[in-house]
Amino acid sequence: MNELLDPLLLARWQFGLTTVYHFLFVPITIGLATSAAIFQTAWYRTGKLEYLRITRFFGTIFLINFAMGVVTGIVQEFQFGMNWSEYSRFVGDVFGAPLALEGLLAFFLEATFIGIWIFGWNRLPRGLHLASIWIVAVGTILSAYFIIAANAFMQNPVGFQINEERGRAELVDIWALLTNPVALAAFPHTIAASFMVGAGLIISAAAWHLARNQHLDTMRPALKFGLWMMVVSGVLTVVFGDQLSLAMVATQPMKMAAAEAAFDTVCGADASFSLFTLGTPDGSSELFSIRVPYLLSLLSTHSFDGCVEGINDLRAQYQELFGPGDYTPILWVTYWSFRWMMGLGFLHIFVALVGLWLTRKGRMPKQAWVWKAAVWSFPLSLAAMIVGWVFTEMGRQPWIVFSQLFTESAVSPNVSGLDVLISLVAFTLIYGALAVVEFKLIIRAVKQGPPELAEPDPETGRVEQPTTVY
Amino acid sequence: MDLSVLWFWIVAFLFVGYFVLDGFDFGVGMSLPFLGRDETDRRVLINTIGPVWDLNETWVIVAGASLFAAFPEWYATLFSGFYLALLLILLALIARGVSFEYRHQRPEAAWKRRFDWMIIVGSAVPALLWGVAFANIVQGVPLDADYNYIGSFFDLLNPYALLGGATTLLLFFTHGVVFVALKTEGDIRDRARALATRAGAITVVVAASFLVWTGFAFGSGWFWILAAVAAVALIGSWLANVRGAEGWAFVLMAVTIAAAVFALFASLFPDVMPASNDPANSLTIANASSTPYTLTVMTWTAVIFLPLILAYQGWTYWIFRKRVTRTHIEAAAH
Ligand code: HDD
Ligand code: HEM
Ligand code: HEM
Repeated sequence: MNELLDPLLLARWQFGLTTVYHFLFVPITIGLATSAAIFQTAWYRTGKLEYLRITRFFGTIFLINFAMGVVTGIVQEFQFGMNWSEYSRFVGDVFGAPLALEGLLAFFLEATFIGIWIFGWNRLPRGLHLASIWIVAVGTILSAYFIIAANAFMQNPVGFQINEERGRAELVDIWALLTNPVALAAFPHTIAASFMVGAGLIISAAAWHLARNQHLDTMRPALKFGLWMMVVSGVLTVVFGDQLSLAMVATQPMKMAAAEAAFDTVCGADASFSLFTLGTPDGSSELFSIRVPYLLSLLSTHSFDGCVEGINDLRAQYQELFGPGDYTPILWVTYWSFRWMMGLGFLHIFVALVGLWLTRKGRMPKQAWVWKAAVWSFPLSLAAMIVGWVFTEMGRQPWIVFSQLFTESAVSPNVSGLDVLISLVAFTLIYGALAVVEFKLIIRAVKQGPPELAEPDPETGRVEQPTTVY
Repeated sequence: MDLSVLWFWIVAFLFVGYFVLDGFDFGVGMSLPFLGRDETDRRVLINTIGPVWDLNETWVIVAGASLFAAFPEWYATLFSGFYLALLLILLALIARGVSFEYRHQRPEAAWKRRFDWMIIVGSAVPALLWGVAFANIVQGVPLDADYNYIGSFFDLLNPYALLGGATTLLLFFTHGVVFVALKTEGDIRDRARALATRAGAITVVVAASFLVWTGFAFGSGWFWILAAVAAVALIGSWLANVRGAEGWAFVLMAVTIAAAVFALFASLFPDVMPASNDPANSLTIANASSTPYTLTVMTWTAVIFLPLILAYQGWTYWIFRKRVTRTHIEAAAH
């Protein structure tokens, strides 16, 4: 019983669950805010009613999703203090600043202008109303920057010194914190990946209607847009992911070794990348694997003859530096999450390219399986996102702040296992129920299709729009 | 002035912003069963805060983050110590927040009723518990030498704290009802005014007893002056409402809440979380704050961005200044 009520274990589960959950909505928000802004701009520039209808269609889905992003985000903000008070005491001087900046610079912008956008359709001049959705889009991207800068400090602590007397990290260089090389690589990677998720949602929704041969006037341009967005952001995700690999190897070599489950230091052709493995990936009983020579060396060092340090060497190094202990994350998690992230990423670029080919010059594939496959774009790109974060966060273990603080020393000492169990159950129940509601609402909004709008007034050019009210 | 002292007052200001703004959102939410006679009424009520509730709520996010950045020890002690109370607040805010957006997505009456309840409960719980939490901070809680809270959840539910909770609950309720009177027209506006008169009378009594108790037990510094401002403004608001001066009633209500919250901070100063068991364990501005460097960075950000934020938020209120009417709601799509 007492083992089940281990506050550390429960707090970790709770943090993981709630954060993954928050991040189901965040990439959709980031991806769709910018897409909606682009569609609305297209309407603004061309006056074509289809673009406005596409904007309203994806705008509805965006808002259903946004509500969840907001309410799950508040939990994140409070959780550091609630469950990780020792962590908060240790890093607050450093880590609090980007969070406060995020709130002041980004969340206020988003929360204010989203209200203006929702309720301002018939009230504001068209240009000002268009500006409001762009401001929301910029706000979402800004908030991602600050939160990633905060997270990057945990991956690669910079710009601080340790105050022994008070036992805490203290900020000495905010600029170093905000230009952490890990943040500079992780930020564009995450944004590009979020655009993949947005593109996936657009493709899925458009494909659902096109498979039924309906709403062709709006869903065909939407599909085209989604496919291009997927290809472009997919390529960017890979390019930035490659940069991120370099930054990661430079700062957390153990993570790359764990991603490859490589026990021994390997160089050149031996630094091969296994596409997949049967048996246990920890190398102790490998049954079968497909390996690409040199690839690991390329990923980690951008050269053919680079060396990649293995787990055994790194562990010995860390034991010397930080004292006895096992400094290895859970290998099957890192190994498989890294592969699924990359695999699903390449799959999406490929699927989108095929889609562009099949729909070239206005063609419409007749085969049902094409559309069925396309509908999977959204869930699978979201899955790539999640496993990417699981890799990043689990690969950092046992550290909560790499090289500075262990996860086990970070938990709130005065919050009992029972307290955490209560909150974990409560969050699971409410999040579970809301997931069902949100999912059904989005499906319903997709099925309803884009709204019909009356032709613009020939005199004034104004479009009479349904006003939004709650 | 020492930057950490400045940040004590900035944190106070952010909480004041939160309680003044989200306070009337809570009040509007709680007024649904009293003022929402039919579906159109209920939609009128919700739409008075429709465009602004999210930005109002964001004040607590910024207040929390600023607490974290400027006073990490305070943030850590408070949030881990009041764990279950904050959990309830979070669950309520989740339920309330999604309901605004989801309620109008489907036409069925049963669907709407479910979300109405989530709005009502989701507004009442934080309105009560924020008062309980702040009263406990002012009163002091048992802390160990590492500043960890060593009481239990039920220790937080003591008479003084519950009176604090009743005070915020009633203040926010009246604040919200006054806001409804200001933002609607016709029958619902009249009913809101009548309700504000009745609720306001109870609020005056409860809030006065809370402030007097606070003053005699813990009051220090500017407390009495601020508390007097709050009391005068509250009575002024009540009178203005009786006379039908809705704008004044609302502004004075905002002054009441602001002055009362500042009064609590004034009686805390220079502690941030006094320890009730041993003064040596108290968290103070000095031992809870961040380094001067971090506070300098934060100060620059706040000095540049807070005025900008206030400007665009004020502008939003200006855009949506019109009263919400039944015709407006009935004409709109779902
Ligand atoms: C659609 C999602 C998606 C796709 C297709 C990819 N990634 Fe990714 N990746 C993420 C979504 C993501 C992420 C969820 O956004 C992460 C988590 C943390 C972060 O900054 O981005 C991430 C983290 C992450 C990390 C860990 C960084 C760290 O721990 O410091 C590396 C090394 C890569 N990625 C590399 C790649 C490469 C080489 C890819 C090439 C195919 C790739 N990712 C595709
Ligand atoms: C949004 C994407 C993110 C996801 C999906 C995610 C997921 C996770 C997961 C699964 C863990 C658990 C690891 C373990 O216990 O073994 C974890 C740990 C942690 N993450 Fe993240 N994380 C995300 C972003 C962030 C960010 C941006 C921050 C900070 C700003 C952060 C802070 C932490 C902390 C403090 C822990 C330690 C607690 C723990 O070990 O459980 N995470 N995260
Ligand atoms: C674990 C750390 C995290 C914390 C403390 C956190 C905090 C928050 C908060 C408080 C909100 C609500 C904002 C509002 O009311 O407008 C929010 C929403 C948001 N968060 Fe997070 N978040 C975390 C993880 C992330 C990550 C990793 C990203 C980006 C990559 C992110 C991006 C966003 C965005 C874009 C929004 C606004 C859009 C929406 O509400 O859906 N968050 N977050």
